[in-house]
Amino acid sequence: MTALEPTTTPGSSAPGGLVKSVVELDRVVIRLAGDSGDGMQLTGNRFTSETASFGNDLSTLPNFPAEIRAPTGTLPGVSSFQLHFADHDIMTPGDAPDVLVAMNPAALKANLGDLPGGGLVIADSDEFTPRNLAKVGYATNPLEDGSLDGWQVVAVPLTSMTLEALADSGLGKKEAERSKNMFTLGLLSWMYHRPTEGTVRFLERQFRRKPGIAAANIAAFRAGYNYGETTEAFAVSYEIKPAPMPPGRYRNISGNQALALGLVAAGQRSGLPVFLGAYPITPASDILHELSRHKAFGVRTFQAEDEIAGIGAALGASFGGALGITTTSGPGVSLKSEALGLAVMTELPLVVVDVQRGGPSTGLPTKTEQSDLLQAMFGRNGEAPLPVIAPRSPGDCFDAALEAARIALKYRTPVMLLSDGYLANGAEPWAVPAVDELPDLRVEFATEPNGAAADGTPEFLPYLRDPETLARPWAVPGTAGMQHRIGGLEKADKSGNISYDPANHDLMTRLRQAKVDGIAADIPPTDVDDPDGDARVAVIGWGSTYGPIGAACRRIRRSGRSVAQIHLRHVNPMPADLGEVLGRYDRVVCPEMNMGQLALLLRAKYLVDVQSHTQVRGLPFRAAELAAVVQDVIDSTTPTASTGGTT
Amino acid sequence: MTTSPHVHDLGMPGTPIDARIQQAIADSVETQGEKQAALKAKDMKTDQEVRWCPGCGDYVILNAVQSFLPSLGIAREDMVIVSGIGCSSRFPYYMNTYGMHSIHGRAPAIATGLAASRPDLSVWVVTGDGDALSIGGNHLIHALRRNVDMTILLFNNRIYGLTKGQYSPTSEVGKVTKSTPMGSLDHPFNPVSLALGADATFVGRAMDSDRKGLTEVLRQAAEHRGTALVEIYQNCNIFNDGAFDLLKDPATGPTWTIPLRHGEPLVFGPDGASCVVRDEFGGLRVAETNQVDASEIVVHDATREDPSYAFALSRLSSQDLRYTPMGVFRSVSKPTYDRMMLDQLEEARTQGPGDLEALLAGTDTWTVSA
Repeated sequence: MTALEPTTTPGSSAPGGLVKSVVELDRVVIRLAGDSGDGMQLTGNRFTSETASFGNDLSTLPNFPAEIRAPTGTLPGVSSFQLHFADHDIMTPGDAPDVLVAMNPAALKANLGDLPGGGLVIADSDEFTPRNLAKVGYATNPLEDGSLDGWQVVAVPLTSMTLEALADSGLGKKEAERSKNMFTLGLLSWMYHRPTEGTVRFLERQFRRKPGIAAANIAAFRAGYNYGETTEAFAVSYEIKPAPMPPGRYRNISGNQALALGLVAAGQRSGLPVFLGAYPITPASDILHELSRHKAFGVRTFQAEDEIAGIGAALGASFGGALGITTTSGPGVSLKSEALGLAVMTELPLVVVDVQRGGPSTGLPTKTEQSDLLQAMFGRNGEAPLPVIAPRSPGDCFDAALEAARIALKYRTPVMLLSDGYLANGAEPWAVPAVDELPDLRVEFATEPNGAAADGTPEFLPYLRDPETLARPWAVPGTAGMQHRIGGLEKADKSGNISYDPANHDLMTRLRQAKVDGIAADIPPTDVDDPDGDARVAVIGWGSTYGPIGAACRRIRRSGRSVAQIHLRHVNPMPADLGEVLGRYDRVVCPEMNMGQLALLLRAKYLVDVQSHTQVRGLPFRAAELAAVVQDVIDSTTPTASTGGTT
Repeated sequence: MTTSPHVHDLGMPGTPIDARIQQAIADSVETQGEKQAALKAKDMKTDQEVRWCPGCGDYVILNAVQSFLPSLGIAREDMVIVSGIGCSSRFPYYMNTYGMHSIHGRAPAIATGLAASRPDLSVWVVTGDGDALSIGGNHLIHALRRNVDMTILLFNNRIYGLTKGQYSPTSEVGKVTKSTPMGSLDHPFNPVSLALGADATFVGRAMDSDRKGLTEVLRQAAEHRGTALVEIYQNCNIFNDGAFDLLKDPATGPTWTIPLRHGEPLVFGPDGASCVVRDEFGGLRVAETNQVDASEIVVHDATREDPSYAFALSRLSSQDLRYTPMGVFRSVSKPTYDRMMLDQLEEARTQGPGDLEALLAGTDTWTVSA
């Protein structure tokens, strides 16, 4: 285990007369792994909820295959859920698990490589049958052949104990077996002193129409808990104290949930009806699911026939005065490119959410990546600039969604919101914000002519811009006297009529660019974290790498070195002072889950020799690996006279 | 620029726009009628120079639309015309309404979002055979099956005009064009059959040069609640001149045109020599009137729930336009998508408007005290 200073206290006497001890840990990383059909995501989510309500800080990493049910017991069918929880503020789901729960041989084989020596393996021995072993190429049973000697192994007949516990439930064997994940959850809840009422309530709610199933799952859950208390297999349980957090009301939230709530809030704070046009796509579909439940807030959701119709309908709704939104992942953005260009040209508000996943093409639908940045920036024909915003954590998806809506509405522009699979499915405690402290997003529709024709008749000029924001007026259909036509052809300045005039096209191209560039004056300065104040190396990131980079920087600082963390929420335009900030450091390192896309932009824009560090494994960075990379850069940076060296 | 602040109260049921939708639906007939009473065709025109080729059939259609629209009693500001790409899609620029000249094939999708969020508006789509049936085929069939309240005018000239003369998805097999020097290989779509296959609630067909017939079909389409598709045969005098001469020529037109009049027997041709009867497979066929009993002649019924009758009608014509039915094939009443969407919103609000504070907190919270 990874406790810095484990303190053992004698525990109480269990019913069997066993004396169990309690070990206090400051943090632990558990990975639950099983077949896609074993309910590992549900189990993980429940354990997360228990942990959240207990008051630990936490971070999760669900990891599952794109196939709904790959062949049972095979490596491609393994689904896992990693949870990191602690008595202090943490930033990542953990580099490596301390505990691996393996529901079958495939789960063991697929995950053992990540478990450091000495780590704990809890395996369902019932599933280690010759047939299941053969499926994944184990010649002998690893639970018995000594190959796991480097780890602590507790082989538990989880399946048969579940069946035994449900012998009187009236359920058939197959149905009863399905509750083994709840038995496992019960066992883990005992091991880590988790509160159990929430799970019981959850099961009652979840299966309220199938009371038999609810009762069986609760029975299995309690049996697992009691098993932990009475068995000799586990002599120790663990306590991880609640983490100190700022006072307030908290809940557990995933990135997709937070993003959806942010969009509902944006509708409420702007006073505009929300219209989502979307086509189902992993890992963005949950935003569609969530928003479709909030019709009482006037939220309209439209499941379109394809990605193009999704954005088209959203843009149509924006033309009509709604807050138009479309949600997708990279392949969907590819399909939406042309309509995005139309949104740039018609200068209507539109929020485009790209929950990035591994690419190119279909790529890795359920794995995370940050490789759509340049697509978001430039993936359209012609000069088609648009603002790009990226949340840094699951909870931050809420604020980022509000910010995307703010910019879209104020500047009358499509805004790209770049989340990713890690943020989307990952969860963390989130301080519930007060509604009246959320930004005011009210807009003004144009209702009166703003110009005059040659003969003096008042007329509406749809492209006469606000001198400050360069936004054009938004006159919605139904407003008398304001009829106008917009479209994809180049617009004449002010009147918006079709224009092929060379000078006008040059002007309009520059105006559209200037409007987006000008947003830099309306966003906070660069976010720099340099607690020592003397760092000479800065690590810059954007989006979901915030947690791993932050955790790496903490490690580096613990080793006595100074390092600055710069994190970009606004990727386009970047903060106005970013060039100057980057210039303060001798070296700038940019870790990204792509081949160096932000680094390319920074080098081009600021002529800074950014050192790119990249990884595209479909998984977030490990803090230890990042720390080693940055530490090497720090140590190879020639000390200047003022900082000196040791003698 | 003068603007008025768009203010609202958080937590109130609905938003200003939603409220306006409700109001507009409630008293649409009276207010719109009043507002529009004095309008004339010229009020529908814009100051933009019309840029179609001289002699193009689009002029005739534009004039017909501008002339009859004021009589519908819809205020100009409540009308939105969305188009795609192609010659016909320039239409919105010439109409003094709200309009969006969008991207190729996507007008039905854009119009769907607009109509679904603003049921108070009269939403029109103007599209062509390439725009609607080739690049935008998917959006067209899905708009039709959803029955979103909008009117789609499909200008069919059986050619790509704006790209200068390639064959289109309605061109006849063997058509020699710039891209098919040895003749096109594609079998054409029959747009009316396609729409009926998608279970469209209103499908009509009209000829650009037949002002009276066109206006009548357009009027019925405009009054229809749900998606209405009107195929308008439109002559491209540059790249496909005379495409519809068989039907337009007084010498041949009556022989090959089957006028559709609801409630009237399907008898046509000079002296009513031809008629439509049922065939032995449950479909329809053309017969000589004097060879059949009068009771065998099909009486046109556009309101049949089952679209297979209208479909059978649409299959009477061949790709060379012989036996082409003109008029309203189908006009049935079904709930519209936008109205049903609004109903769901209202139903969701029966328990009161959404409470954002409660939504953000969710069901499981814990409190950390200072």
